[in-house]
Amino acid sequence: MKSRVLVVDDDPALAEMLTIVLRGEGFDTAVVGDGTRALPAVRELRPDVVLLDLMLPGMNGIDVCRAIRSESGVPIVMLTAKTDTVDIVLGLESGADDYVVKPFKPKELVARIRARVRRTETEPAEQLSIGDVTIDVPAHQVVRAGEQIALTPLEFDLLVALARKPRQVFTREVLLEQVWGYRHAADTRLVNVHVQRLRSKVERDPEHPEVVLTVRGVGYKAGPP
Amino acid sequence: MSRIGDRARRTLAQARVVGEDLAEAFNAVWRRSLQLRVVFSTLALSTAVVLVLGFVIQTQIAGNILAAKLDDAQRQIDSGTALLERELASVDPSREKAKGELNNALDQLTNAGADDASGSPTAGKFRAVLTSTSDGTSDFVGPLEYVPADLRQSVAEGARALRYSTIEEQGVEIPTMMIGQPVRTANGDLAFYLLFPLDSEQRTLGLVQSTLIVGGLILLLLLAGIASLITRQVVRPIRQAAEIAERFADGHLDERMPEQGEDEVARLGESYNEMAGSIQSQIRQLEEFGALQRRFTSDVSHELRTPLTTVRMAADVLYASRDELLPALRRSSELLVTELDRFEALLADLLEISRLDAGVAELGAERVDMQGVVSRAVEAVRGLADESATPLELELPAGVYADVDPRRVERIVRNLVANALDHGEGRPVRITLAADDDTVAVLVRDQGVGLRPGEAGLVFNRFWRAEESRARRSGGTGLGLSIAIEDARLHGGWLQAWGEIGRGAAFRLTLPRTAGDTVTSSPIPLGPDDRPGADVRAPEAVGSVPTPPSWPVVAEIPSWSEGDDVDDLDDLDDLDDQPVLPDDVGVPSGDIR
Repeated sequence: MKSRVLVVDDDPALAEMLTIVLRGEGFDTAVVGDGTRALPAVRELRPDVVLLDLMLPGMNGIDVCRAIRSESGVPIVMLTAKTDTVDIVLGLESGADDYVVKPFKPKELVARIRARVRRTETEPAEQLSIGDVTIDVPAHQVVRAGEQIALTPLEFDLLVALARKPRQVFTREVLLEQVWGYRHAADTRLVNVHVQRLRSKVERDPEHPEVVLTVRGVGYKAGPP
Repeated sequence: MSRIGDRARRTLAQARVVGEDLAEAFNAVWRRSLQLRVVFSTLALSTAVVLVLGFVIQTQIAGNILAAKLDDAQRQIDSGTALLERELASVDPSREKAKGELNNALDQLTNAGADDASGSPTAGKFRAVLTSTSDGTSDFVGPLEYVPADLRQSVAEGARALRYSTIEEQGVEIPTMMIGQPVRTANGDLAFYLLFPLDSEQRTLGLVQSTLIVGGLILLLLLAGIASLITRQVVRPIRQAAEIAERFADGHLDERMPEQGEDEVARLGESYNEMAGSIQSQIRQLEEFGALQRRFTSDVSHELRTPLTTVRMAADVLYASRDELLPALRRSSELLVTELDRFEALLADLLEISRLDAGVAELGAERVDMQGVVSRAVEAVRGLADESATPLELELPAGVYADVDPRRVERIVRNLVANALDHGEGRPVRITLAADDDTVAVLVRDQGVGLRPGEAGLVFNRFWRAEESRARRSGGTGLGLSIAIEDARLHGGWLQAWGEIGRGAAFRLTLPRTAGDTVTSSPIPLGPDDRPGADVRAPEAVGSVPTPPSWPVVAEIPSWSEGDDVDDLDDLDDLDDQPVLPDDVGVPSGDIR
């Protein structure tokens, strides 16, 4: 079955070009040119990935991102013309899984999108745990003290990557490669922001993490099982 | 003994040191305080004036007192002489009883002088001496022993004579004025002396002197005080103006001098304020222009990105299916893609420069192993090195940690190595990492054409071109080294260039190991022997060695292609010599992502 990509972009030329490229790569696409119509489209079309331009008329891309994230874990890749740290971190914090800076190469974009849909393909049956958090990998469920925690697919992947090798310290670069599918180390801010988001959901006290631990100067590792 | 001598010498030496310190401190205050100088000069000059004035006054008063005294004395002696001549007309001084006569005469004289109530001039207290001069010391009355010999001599010669002398009586020295007058009698000549003690005059003079001294000192103190006050009045506004000007120069552009009254100080304040106002408005205007320009650059870069993305994707779609196209179209699509890469790199660099100019670039410093950072940068341009068959010699010790922004440092090193590859003419490029306690340095040294004198300072200029004929491979934007130097500056570090024709060039990046420190020296020499001539420090040098793209070099004069017939455009295949940028290498001066 073809993966479906929802393109949210106000620039018709770019939207059309994205459609051409993505169709050529074997995706189904739908285009929405207005931020306010993005959320209804997500509800209706149930896309596998949302490609979201941050500069939109009607509704700011950041707000659209928050709105989608508030009711769906669908992977969001944002397109941005701004490379300033603040803008990118703001986008990531509002719920985007990954970002691509304009002008991007089609291959780069496709690689990012594939990395986001890839995880749905095969999952071995396994049960993992960190502290009092248990992870049912095939069922995509995370439970702490009998209570289910809702994670986005990306956050889930991040947690699973850490939990699979409990004693290993992961550098940010390794996590980028394993979770995001970056071949070459790019932006470690991605990791930082998503670790914060993950912590805010799975930790009892995000200020004193027990599940995702920071190893100063190196990276992150899972807490004791 | 010698120990005491030593101690004394040491104390002396200490005293000298203290003295020198004091002198130096005084010198400093002297040089820096107009007020002190004015007060001091006033004091010095007025001291001289007071001294001269006091001396003149004292001399005048003393002269006048003496003259008056002398006048009185003359009158006294005249009347005395007349009296004596009358009384003693019949006395023979050589007789036995003459002494009694003389005594009587003197008594009469002194009494007449003492109870002189008739208003006749009097010279005050005096003592008289009467003696015969005919045969020396035969008879005398009065204290003849006080009369000096030369006075007696003069009187004996028959003339009135005047002497000042000091006589000592009961251990008290009394300055005395003595007048001698010969008195002729029938029986022989007598000498008549009057001794006027000047002690009261001396007391008067002493009083005058001490009054003058005290008055002079008070006057001097007052003058110093007045000078100090007046100078203060002038100096205070000047000091104030200096402080305000300093604050203004420090960037407090709203600082103004108070304007009170209509005097010179007020005028100074007024014109200063006018100047400050016009400078402020100029600066504001320039800032505004700068901000506008920067925002414009940034906006243009951003606005260009969306259409560029579309073009880029369209070009890539064409490029992906280039095998199905006619040769000319195929080549066109290749050129399109290659040049889009350059365009993108240029845009990214422009944006980065505008961000650095605007001062919004932030330093994401973290503690990293420099070996890893430099290695990554070198790996990123390894493709270029292979292409030009340039050996890369790495000297990267492990375990050199520093607080740096790894992305920026990686970009700097990448730019430096790409630049060295461009100009290294295929000869080895050496990359050395070194560190000391405070700094870490990366030296990139090539053996290529080198730099002409003066070019070391120019290489960091934006879009600066080295010699036209040089081969370029990295397809750099001409902003690489400009961005590199800004990045180095952001770290508080240096980026310096050295080069000599035929000996190659060297670029040295020196960064503080602790974020926020400044660099004062580098752990590695820049040139072959670290000659200072090439020492262009980061804060002064701006610029960049650009590596703009080469136009395809066509060896022979190209022939005209015929009309619109696409097949004839095959000539363009000659252009295949031009290197096409490998997609995966990336552009050296890429954006931070």
